[in-house]
Amino acid sequence: MNRRSIARDFKRNKWLYALALPVVIYYVLFQYLPMYGAVIAFQNYTPMRGIWGSEWIGLEHFHSFFNSYYFWRLLGNTVLLSLYSLLFEFTAPIILALLIHEVRSRYIKSFVQTVSFMPYFISLIVVSSLIKDLTHSGGIVNLVYTWLTGGDGQDMLQQPGLFRGIYVLSEIWQRMGWESIIYAAALTTIPREQYEAARIDGASRFRQMISITLPGLLPTIMVMGILRMGRLLEVGYEKILLLYNPVIYETADVVSTFVYRKGLLDNDWSFSSAIGLFNSAINLLLLLSANALSRKINQNSLW
Amino acid sequence: MASGSLLWKPAGFSMLAYERALANLAIWTGYGNTIKLVAGGIVLNLTMTIVAAYVLSRRLVLWNKLLMQFIVVTMFFNAGLIPFYLVVKGMGLMNTLGALLLPFAIHTFHLIILRTAFLSLPAELEESAQIDGANHLTLLLHIVLPLSLPVISVIVLYTAADKWNMWFIPSVFIQERTLYPLQLVLREILLNNATDNISYGAGVGEAAKIGETIKYATIVICTVPVLVIYPFLQKYFVKSALVGAIKG
Repeated sequence: MNRRSIARDFKRNKWLYALALPVVIYYVLFQYLPMYGAVIAFQNYTPMRGIWGSEWIGLEHFHSFFNSYYFWRLLGNTVLLSLYSLLFEFTAPIILALLIHEVRSRYIKSFVQTVSFMPYFISLIVVSSLIKDLTHSGGIVNLVYTWLTGGDGQDMLQQPGLFRGIYVLSEIWQRMGWESIIYAAALTTIPREQYEAARIDGASRFRQMISITLPGLLPTIMVMGILRMGRLLEVGYEKILLLYNPVIYETADVVSTFVYRKGLLDNDWSFSSAIGLFNSAINLLLLLSANALSRKINQNSLW
Repeated sequence: MASGSLLWKPAGFSMLAYERALANLAIWTGYGNTIKLVAGGIVLNLTMTIVAAYVLSRRLVLWNKLLMQFIVVTMFFNAGLIPFYLVVKGMGLMNTLGALLLPFAIHTFHLIILRTAFLSLPAELEESAQIDGANHLTLLLHIVLPLSLPVISVIVLYTAADKWNMWFIPSVFIQERTLYPLQLVLREILLNNATDNISYGAGVGEAAKIGETIKYATIVICTVPVLVIYPFLQKYFVKSALVGAIKG
């Protein structure tokens, strides 16, 4: 690449570069500038002094976070909530897709699909308010739960032991139908002849599902699973923010909600930036290892 | 109708809660702000994403590879909420619609989907158009865009849904109540139980009960429009989920 070819390229593509300018400005302002701003994690940042004038303190905030009482609780809550989601939220759409696939009538099929998609389009605020009402003393879910366990009908969102269950179940309710679309699409690619051949050999419908449908779905399941693994530490903190309260922090408080409280409610900018940076670093690590894993298994990486 | 005890039969029919909910001005300003947000988001995101995808899908541009890397890096590493907040605040965007639009003008994921769509168009089309003397604007408007409409409609839908549901970012950047989008108004009514003003005028004991029904009337008013539109758009959403699945 010499100077002349650079000049020639610039002359030929000057309009394209002009078009690219706002795009570059956007990324610099809203993606790279915050990355630069993240150095306040290593400072005692005060808005008065700014990034240039604030005192540098090295890794002190990281040390105090790792040694704090919160560290293991936050990490444990985040990882557990993620693992539960991975385990249940990930399998539910697969099961739903398999069940819908077994329905013979086209009309019932599309009706079930439409109904199961629907919750995905209800906003988080409305969903959270419904969850609160249903699990409150006297709410229908609370009544059923009390009847089943013989409890005292206390507000379920005040009981630390129930939060993860409520969170995961409501996520399944809202996302199962939507996420089953991908599997449903993969199922349409399985050749019909395979089923016919199996039927002639006398395989039952259950046997057909185990031996034809499920193996046909496996590649899609693998890809989705790896993608999900890369997002292990990304729990839906917006929903947690709407549902939790100090009584259940011991199970409901995750890294992102802690960053929000420390940073935006307590204005502890530097400390919360340090925690946020820690979170991003772990996410990056998980994403890269998930991709490496996928490259090994599928022979093709996701990027 | 909310009543003291559980009933298996509705205890009469009343539109009072709807009247009260609809008389709440905050809902109408919220609707107005959300419509502005959705419309602004579609125009801004679409323009920026199309321009970026067009530039990045041109072959024989020296710096494109570098530009692409510059963009993709941001998908892997995120600075975190607090530095982002300080940057947006530092730009003086607090309490403006800009805080909800500008920082989200391009979703890198959408950009990659659109770029892939542009790249899948045959290169000969572009070359022959250029031989005929078409400039970039004509090429984009008359050849590239019309051939990529399905993917573009998917991005429009995603952006619209995104903006309609936005509440966390507005709750951080918008403090002035007249600028609240619908979701924030809803949060006040539904989660902070702020129905007192709306049920004002009812008897003291009544207020709590009416407050409860007003909550549900408000949910219906704010959710039904989406649920009514959605079955018509369902096939596009299905398509979009699949587009998302292909490229991770």
